[in-house]
Amino acid sequence: MPRLKVEDLYRIKGEVLRASALEAGKRSARITVHMGTCGISCGAEKVLKTLKGALEECGRKDIFITSSGCAGMCKKEPLVTIEKLGEEPIRYEEVDEKKAAQIFEQHVLGGEVVKDLAFAKGWEQKELALEGAKTAAGGEEVPASAKVPFFGVQELRVMRNRGIINAEKIDEAIARDAYFGAAKVLFQMSPAEVVQEVKASGIRGRGGAGFPTGMKWEFCSRTKSDVKYVLCNADEGDPGAYMDRSVLESDPHSVLEGMLIGAKAIGSNMGYIYCRAEYPLAVKVLNIAIDQARDYGLLGKDILGSGFDFDIEVYRGAGAFVCGEETALMTSLEGKRGMPRPRPPFPAISGLWKKPTVLNNVETLANIPQIILQGGKWYAGIGTQRSKGTKVFALTGDVNNVGLVEVPMGLPIRSIVEDVGGGIPKGRKFKAVQLGGPSGGCVPAEHLDAPVDYEAIMQLGAIVGSGGMIVIDDTKCIVDVARFFMDFCQDESCGKCPPCRVGTRKMLETLTKICAGNGKLSDIDNLQRWATSIKNASLCGLGQTAPNPVLSTIRYFRAEYEAHIKEHRCPAGVCKALITYSIIDDCTGCGVCLRVCPQEAITGEKKERHVIDQAKCVKCGACRSVCKFDAVAVA
Amino acid sequence: MTAAGSCACFRVLPVRAVMSVNQIKKEGDPVSQRGASQQDLAGVEEFTAEQLAKVDAIVAKYKGKPGSLIPALEDIQEAIGFLPKELQKRVALGLRVPLSEVYGVVTFYHFFTMVPRGRNIIRVCLGTACYVGGGAQILDLMVGNLKLQPGATSPDRRFTLETVRCLGCCGLAPVVVINEDTHRQVKVGRITKILESYE
Repeated sequence: MPRLKVEDLYRIKGEVLRASALEAGKRSARITVHMGTCGISCGAEKVLKTLKGALEECGRKDIFITSSGCAGMCKKEPLVTIEKLGEEPIRYEEVDEKKAAQIFEQHVLGGEVVKDLAFAKGWEQKELALEGAKTAAGGEEVPASAKVPFFGVQELRVMRNRGIINAEKIDEAIARDAYFGAAKVLFQMSPAEVVQEVKASGIRGRGGAGFPTGMKWEFCSRTKSDVKYVLCNADEGDPGAYMDRSVLESDPHSVLEGMLIGAKAIGSNMGYIYCRAEYPLAVKVLNIAIDQARDYGLLGKDILGSGFDFDIEVYRGAGAFVCGEETALMTSLEGKRGMPRPRPPFPAISGLWKKPTVLNNVETLANIPQIILQGGKWYAGIGTQRSKGTKVFALTGDVNNVGLVEVPMGLPIRSIVEDVGGGIPKGRKFKAVQLGGPSGGCVPAEHLDAPVDYEAIMQLGAIVGSGGMIVIDDTKCIVDVARFFMDFCQDESCGKCPPCRVGTRKMLETLTKICAGNGKLSDIDNLQRWATSIKNASLCGLGQTAPNPVLSTIRYFRAEYEAHIKEHRCPAGVCKALITYSIIDDCTGCGVCLRVCPQEAITGEKKERHVIDQAKCVKCGACRSVCKFDAVAVA
Repeated sequence: MTAAGSCACFRVLPVRAVMSVNQIKKEGDPVSQRGASQQDLAGVEEFTAEQLAKVDAIVAKYKGKPGSLIPALEDIQEAIGFLPKELQKRVALGLRVPLSEVYGVVTFYHFFTMVPRGRNIIRVCLGTACYVGGGAQILDLMVGNLKLQPGATSPDRRFTLETVRCLGCCGLAPVVVINEDTHRQVKVGRITKILESYE
């Protein structure tokens, strides 16, 4: 493979765009199967195989099948996009083998949209809209992407390539401007100018803490050292957040380019990506991307002929949440137990192997090439006064549209939950939205109009964090949720600082006690008191934020804690010690619950009301979740 | 604490103290006292020459490279399946790292295991989205169904039951991963059927 010069980037871009554009007689249709981890686990590979088989059978040479990464709408996977010459593309949801065959037959060959399976037409990326594209036959009623609330509110910057490029083909990324930012930095900008541009953008660390990226780079660029490192934090440990995985799997070159730009800014020649072991596909895609970039001379020695050297290695984590903390990550990269180190000295002065180091999150780095190409001012054009640009949220939990959403900073949380998310399923009531994972907190209904802004959300007792947004409905117990997070933090505490090691354990014990109905009112005060000590006396972010979920739930849902303590009652019907299951008269005697009960605690004749033996019942709730007649009651 | 409260089996002591080798000998290995160790695993720690050669080759590959202990252990676990003391000693000698450090790393990270695991590894996700989506209930049923606590391996080594903190497929919650297969939106009624398909 030849090493590229800048003009080659333009050449490749032109070639790919020409070769991929649909053209009468040569390329009349393209089918894209979206294959992120979610898509694959929902059967995207089978869909791809079916489509390839159907194509082979019909023998057409003018139809192409390709794959790309996650398209963002995780609950509707597998997704398939059909593009036909002169027509707006149509996106299909929840495709299986049978539906794929139908779509191929009716839409690709027959030219008529399968109305019942299509959910949007046109690209969500506005710049891709083809002028004069017609609506395909039968597609009149399919809503346009911009009109689908899930897509309409979103502003794609980090995920601008989602659903379009194949992550394993560097040429496709180049056609979408990958490495043009790097070229600009290498040939036209000084390190100080790069830092200035990033500072002007106002971008803040997207991993959780929200430290201004430009300042971080400036500190490190000023430190004198022969060796410096650029690290990418892909140890996305917050449960409920998976935007980094999606970016790495579907657009790895944006992250590599971001690191390359950072390297030029601080004067580094070596970078590492610390990726968690739970993301095998991301590691694989990254390694392919790095190899291809090296072949093209976009990594390694003398990049693009500029004389600048920079290389990247992927390092697989081994499963420790604390390694998402910057100093712990560096200790882990050094091959040791991932324990945090005191700061100062800050990593910008003394980081990995005691050398000046810059560590950025995946999402932050993926923003950088756009900031360089379009300017910091453009980036800062949206957002609030102190929080600029966009943020990707992983919207999950009790909400209709589950998926990855990228929204402008400053948008009210309500808009994300209700417009993008489409509200709460099954007619249930909204209770809270959990932001920021184990370091964050729960925002209740009365504060839903708060904007997505680092400071505004912190005032509510939560954090923007890495962007996990879990919607909780009224069937979930808030004390149990707090206990869940404390269990997580206690388990993941590395053990270095006693306030965190012992304190999280004490808090977990107390919460467990409350959930079991054995709590005292003084426990709530104790929880708050211990929380302050843990926050003040822990070395790293894990301990400093571990009490947040408990504090925020006490702040907004104190009555629910008190119901557990004073009345020995779990209002949501979740805490096992405080509830009993019983079968009411609505029971039709179908026997489904009887078969699913792991304890064989349910007895009854066919077509007669069944009975639960309370002595045997372990309150797993299996009977209730399988009952089609709502005949299992919780009290 | 409910079953949902205990995490992946390779968690170490409550306080993650590093024990000296002598201490381990005297008091027994805290990790292998959990799960499968209660069953008869006699003879499992004998390795064939071929396996040891594999280990040595991996050690040789990483020797002299700073910070290579974790990748080396990951590769060895992939090749052999687990990391008992014998292999840890071999790694320590090969990479010239104190055994205490090797043991410290093995017991610190969830990914490493010192006991052999079953043919089928069930990982029930207990990330937040899966937890609020009923993941704890799924785990309870798995525990009841398999008669295994999280972290344990069945005597016939058919199954190892584990929990995991978020696999990043929150859109598909609750998720159970068995070997390489991701089962999405798992319903309680389907569990028996899912388990039956793994021999």
